[in-house]
Parts: sequence; C-alpha cells; structure tokens
Amino acid sequence: MTTTAPPPTTPPATPHLPLRSARLPRSAPALVAVASLAAAGVLALLLGWGIIAWAVVAGLLHLVAITVWSRAVENPRAATDRFVTSLIWMALIIAFVPLVSLLYIVVENGAGQIDGQFLTYSMRNVVGEGGGIYHSLVGTLLITLGATVISVPIGLMTSIYLVEYGARSKVAGWIRFLVDVMTGIPSIVAGLFAFALFALIFNDPGIHFGIGGSVALSLLMIPIVVRSAEEMLKLVPGDLREASYALGVPKWRTIVKVVIPTALPGIITGVTLAVSRVIGETAPLLIIAGSTDSSNFNLFGGQMSTLPVFIYYSYTQPGLNPEFAQGRAWGAALVLIVIVMLLNLLARVLGKAFAPKTGR
Amino acid sequence: MSAGTDDRASFERNTDLMAKSIDVSDLNIFYGSFLAVEGVNMTIPARSVTALIGPSGCGKSTFLRTLNRMHEVIPGARVEGKVVVDGNSLYDPTIDPVEVRRQVGMVFQRPNPFPTMSIADNVLAGLRLNNKKLKKSEAEDVVERSLKGANLWNEVKDRLGKPGMGLSGGQQQRLCIARAIAVRPQVLLMDEPCSALDPISTSAIEDLIHELRTDYTIVIVTHNMQQAARVSEDTAFFNLAGAGKPGRLIEMSPTKKIFSNPDEEATEAYISGRFG
Ligand SMILES: Nc1ncnc2c1ncn2[C@@H]1O[C@H](COP(=O)(O)OP(=O)(O)O)[C@@H](O)[C@H]1O
Ligand SMILES: [Mg+2]
Repeated sequence: MTTTAPPPTTPPATPHLPLRSARLPRSAPALVAVASLAAAGVLALLLGWGIIAWAVVAGLLHLVAITVWSRAVENPRAATDRFVTSLIWMALIIAFVPLVSLLYIVVENGAGQIDGQFLTYSMRNVVGEGGGIYHSLVGTLLITLGATVISVPIGLMTSIYLVEYGARSKVAGWIRFLVDVMTGIPSIVAGLFAFALFALIFNDPGIHFGIGGSVALSLLMIPIVVRSAEEMLKLVPGDLREASYALGVPKWRTIVKVVIPTALPGIITGVTLAVSRVIGETAPLLIIAGSTDSSNFNLFGGQMSTLPVFIYYSYTQPGLNPEFAQGRAWGAALVLIVIVMLLNLLARVLGKAFAPKTGR
Repeated sequence: MSAGTDDRASFERNTDLMAKSIDVSDLNIFYGSFLAVEGVNMTIPARSVTALIGPSGCGKSTFLRTLNRMHEVIPGARVEGKVVVDGNSLYDPTIDPVEVRRQVGMVFQRPNPFPTMSIADNVLAGLRLNNKKLKKSEAEDVVERSLKGANLWNEVKDRLGKPGMGLSGGQQQRLCIARAIAVRPQVLLMDEPCSALDPISTSAIEDLIHELRTDYTIVIVTHNMQQAARVSEDTAFFNLAGAGKPGRLIEMSPTKKIFSNPDEEATEAYISGRFG
C-alpha cells in the first residue's frame, strides 16, 4: 500500500486507437425536426394541404434528413441508429395523438358543464336546462363498489388456490382455462346472464336493480383480478415461504401474513385496473341496472342510473332541447374519466405505501 | 396447533434450551421417483457442531431438509426410513411437521429476511406469525437477546424499526440466524450459510457458531473444508457414485480424524482436492 511509486518513465507509444469519431451535435434531432416541420409547413401553405398531409410529409422529411446528415458526418451504424430512433419517436407520437385528442375534446366539451349543481343535482323533474349527474355518479360508485366487493375475495382466493395449492394440478389447469374464457365474455352477455339469473330467481321478467349490475360487472372483473393476482403471487420468492415454514408457521398463515403482504402492492394495482376496466361498462348496466332520473341509494331495489348509461341516453334520447342533454353527456364523460384517473393515482399511492421498503 | 396426542404433547417446546441428538437410520430420500439420497445411517450428537461436506449435487441440502421436514414442502418429495429426535420419530404419522419445524430451526443459503418487516419484526416473526401474544417488554427482550445471540445487536440497535432488507448481505444472514434462534429451537440447521458472504461476515458467523454450540445442536452444510475444520466437532462426507446415482453417506467421524486420517479412500481423495 505504501510502496513508493516507481520513477516516472516515458509511457510506451501506444498505437492510436480510433476511439473518437465525429458526432452530430446533441440538438441535431430537434434541429432537423423543426426544419422538417417548417419545410413541410411552407409546402402545405403553398399547396393548400391539410394538417395530416403536413405531418406525414414532415415526418418523412425528418427521417430522410437525419439519416443522410448522420451518414455524411458520422458513420453508417450511427445513421441506422438515428433512423430507427426517429421511427420509434414517431410511433410514440402517433400513439399519443388519439389519447391527447380524446382528452382534449372531452375537456373542451365537458369542462364548462361541471359546477356545483351538476355534481349535486339529479335529473328529477328536469326538462331542458339544469339538472345534474348526482344520481348517476352515486349509481356508478355504488354498483362498482358492489362489483369490487364481490370480485376481490373470489378472485384473490382463486389466485391463491392456483398459486399455492393447485399449482400444476389438472383442476388448476382447468380453472386457468375457464378464467381465460371468462376474460373474453362480451360484456352484454354478462349483463344478459345477470338479468336472466335474477329474473328467474325472483320470477320477475322486468327486474332492474343495482346489485344485478354489480354481479354482471363482477363477471368481467373476476378474471382480471384472478390473472393479475396470480402473477403477483407467483412473483413472491419461494425463499420467503420456506423461511416462514422453517419457523414452524402453518401454510395458511404463511399465505396470509407473508405471501399476501409481499404481493399486496401488485394486487392493489391489479384490482384498480379491473375497476377501471368495468367502471365504464354500459351494455350490462343498461340491461340489468336500468335507468332513472332520481337518486337511488339502494342497491337492492329499483332502477339505478350510472354514468355510462346516463351518457348513452343523454346522447341518443336528448329530448326537446338536445344541446342541454348533450352538454350533460360530455360533462358526465369528463367526470367518468376523472374518476378513472383518480383511481389510478390512488392505486399508485397505495402501492407505494404498501411496497416492501429497503430502507436504503 | 393443539397438542392432540400424547406424542405431540411430548414434543411441545421446553422453555429452557434442550439441545437434542438426532438418530438417522436407513434414510432414503426421493424427489418423486428419483432417489436422491440412499441409505443414510448416522447419529448427530447434541450440543455440538456437525458439518456435512461433499461435492455439489450429492444430496447434502436434501438430507439437511429431511431433519426438519422441510423436504416434503417440495411437491412429490418423500422419504423412507427413520429420523429420531429425542425419542420422537419425525416421520411418524402422529407428528405434526409444523411443530417439528418450531423445534428444528433452519438458516438458508441465501439470506431471506421478510421484505415487509422491520429488523425487530423479522426477529419476532417466528413468534408473531404463530400468533403468540407478546407484551412489549417481552418482545423487546426477545429481540435484544436474539440479536445479541446472532452478534448483530451492536450494529442494528439504533435502527430496529428500519426494514430488514436494508442491511448488508452478511447482516441479513445474521438477522436470519437471530430469527431462527428467537423461537429457541433445539436444533439449528444451516445450509451453506456463508456461501454468499464476504470473508469478514463469514468469520462473524463462524464465531457465532462457536458460541451457539454450547446451547444448540448444530448441523451445517459447507463447501469450504477449512470452515468445516474450524467450526465442527464431527464431519460427515457425502458422495455420489456417479451422475444420476443417489448420494450416499461415505463416512462420519470426528473432524480431526476426517481431515488427518480418514477411513475411506474417497474421503481422502475429496479432502486432498484430488477430485470434487
Ligand atoms: N426440488 C428438487 N426437485 C428434484 N430434484 C432435486 C430438487 N432439489 C435437488 N434435487 C436433486 O437432488 C440431488 C441432490 O441435490 P442437493 O441436495 O441440492 O445437493 P447438494 O446440496 O449436496 O449440492 C441432485 O441430484 C439434485 O438434482
Ligand atoms: Mg446444497
């Protein structure tokens, strides 16, 4: 450690390695993009193109320009890299176009609708202007809550069976297959099933109530919960189970106290995704939950309006003053989107809160 | 977990530490139809350290896991023969495997603290997960005693509430040892506990094994012959007749004898590094 360094000698003449090569400036892609947009814009103005033609020409110009420039200054490998990088960026932008334009249009049409009255009034005795979505908001929240309460225990227990008990057994194989089939059930069929089931049970061919909607939605939710929870439980290292068994902890308590807490953040995310998936369902609720203008807090009796059904009727049967009904439909759509976004945020917060901490 | 039969009742935990000897006779160990270890006979003395050595795949881990019935956790795994701990035949149908594991603790090759728990909760896991109600002062006592027993107390006493995963590998392994001794087992099984650790952590754990020897019966699998020579009183050498053949116990003798003058040619060859 403390040996004196040998006297400095002249370094041996190493052959020069071509490690350095010319690079485009860091801002090159941005520069080329701006230039391409401008050039295509000039063409568009001169020739009277629409926005789509302008974007397509700008994209093509950018691809050609960046590749040629890179080839001239850098090398062929860098040119290919730049070409593919640009392609991927464009794919990303194209993927974002529908999302952004959808959000933009919903916000543009819906934001003006939303005020205190809109959120706290039902549509009872409202003709034309005024009224609100309170009844549908309550209906959506209650029915989705009901569906979650039904689906999460069933889905979670099924996935526990699949991972911890069934594993590679025949029964588990069949359950997995059936769950996959369930994933593909059209939502209208789920609604018809729930309707037929309750119509038979209560011998009432015109039955409408909220919990029926919950049952229909849970048919759509359960497979999602099962599959996502199964994946999460499978990710829990076998080491942890063995560590728990080796302490003399019985299997079921190992599952409840070690496996599930470790997988909890992922399970919460999966449940939220499942809720987001069903909260906008229209068809099954149209059939079994029905539609009403008044607030109904009772899941077990009477028709219940929900946001998607409200939107559907407001648009298809706007009544005498269509502009008011359609405005309310946009407002309701915006509220629905906001609910889904809040749910996703909540899932992230909960996931963070329950995530195993490393303390580093 | 109620003590249903007399057999089980006699297997209930004693509050003072009672190290036990283990008698293994004619033990065959299977994974499904694959015979992994064949015909093991040995007596593991109480309050001493027994090392298991041998080439990879000869069934040391497999054998070790039959001593606390962890082997059967693997689907299709089973054993034939007898393992007797303190007069109880572990594979008797009246014996509850869960109860066995409470008395025969285990430390694994890779440290595996519970990621959702703090350092203190990891130590208490064996008690808490078994729904044992502990007063706060009792819990603190258990944590302190176990962490001191595992030579970890001084390093973590200021951050007992912090996650166990935040410790270094060597500290995590000592945390796992603390977790294992917190339930006061009579036997402690260790499967290559130092193979993932640096030399300093390894020597900390070897010191710990020296100290634990007075209270526990310890069985340790190791790949490191110097370690076997340093920590154990007796050494058992396992070997494979060939690929696909079952592993066998070749010889078991006092460690001094194994490393100076073994009975079997194969042991001599393995120890002197001529194969394996
Ligand atoms: N979970 C398992 N399923 C099937 N075979 C296994 C399993 N674990 C180990 N084996 C086999 O049992 C034999 C002994 O393995 P192991 O006990 O891990 O050896 P060692 O610990 O001495 O290296 C090997 O042939 C191995 O392939
Ligand atoms: Mg091993």
